[in-house]
Amino acid sequence: MNRQQALFEYLLRLGDNALILGQRLTEWIGHAPALEEEMGSANIALDLIGQARGWLAYAGTVEGAGRDEDDLAFQRDVMNFRNVLLVEQPNGHYGDTIARQYLFDAFHYPLLTALSACTDQSIAGIAAKASKEAAYHRRRSAEWVIRLGDGTAESHAKLQQSFDTLWPYTGELFALDEVDHTLRRTGVAADLTAVRREWHEHVTRTLAGATLVPPQEGWMQSGGKQGRHSEQLGYVLAEMQFLPRAYRDARW
Amino acid sequence: MQDWPLWEVFIRSRRGLAHKHVGSLHACDAPMALANARDIYTRRSEGVSIWVVRSTDIIASAPGDKPILFDPSEDKVYRHPTFYEIPDEVDNL
Repeated sequence: MNRQQALFEYLLRLGDNALILGQRLTEWIGHAPALEEEMGSANIALDLIGQARGWLAYAGTVEGAGRDEDDLAFQRDVMNFRNVLLVEQPNGHYGDTIARQYLFDAFHYPLLTALSACTDQSIAGIAAKASKEAAYHRRRSAEWVIRLGDGTAESHAKLQQSFDTLWPYTGELFALDEVDHTLRRTGVAADLTAVRREWHEHVTRTLAGATLVPPQEGWMQSGGKQGRHSEQLGYVLAEMQFLPRAYRDARW
Repeated sequence: MQDWPLWEVFIRSRRGLAHKHVGSLHACDAPMALANARDIYTRRSEGVSIWVVRSTDIIASAPGDKPILFDPSEDKVYRHPTFYEIPDEVDNL
């Protein structure tokens, strides 16, 4: 794998994480438990989709095959997506969505902070802008974890179950492969070991504040970053990609 | 979530201006009220500072008191500073 291929893969990972989680959050529009939450989720979804746009546009430039961010978002099939499995997991109940969001936000913020110092100026620029948004996302989802975990007996039990279910998807966030190794040598890829330290520290503190028990470390799911996805992603893409695929010239 | 209290939201649009009432929202507690206010009322860069106040903590004048409270000031024209000659050199007073 040469540097250009690794960079393209790396940008797809960043872009697809933001795109798929953003798309998932938009599914709450019209269904959220409170109007205020609906607006909050929609804002975060828009932040993420905006970030995805930046990453995928740059990915298209790096690839040099004439694909723009729309082509990459709407004309790729499941196996060509590079998002982690965590973000494609279904919304479930609101506690499931909050747990998924928090586990991702706690990873996303330190990742973007690290990438703000990237030797690649385009990556550093997108990451610096996105990290402010991610800081707010993490604060908001952590506050919700504390309120639901330390809320009623029912909300506590449900949220504990959400974390237990999603925990096996957290290992993949920090798993290194050839893409990371190739880019680490030139100071482009973030140091995921340092990101993991901050993630772990933040998650431990938030779960304690929420009176939740950290799930047992065990077998971890993997594959999303290499394009091996759960069946969930196909449904997400079917909804997201239908219109631009059925109506190729659609404009708005 | 139906028993979330109501909060009144005040936004200061920029430095030097006063906070202005912009609306209300529901939230379970004060930090979430601030977060919701940020998400609902500052999406288009409307503000640099937010206040939230529990609606029940606002003491309002009764609409029925309007004649007693406000009508008496209507014929007190001398309370308006309109009896000064303003020199031409003064642009703003």
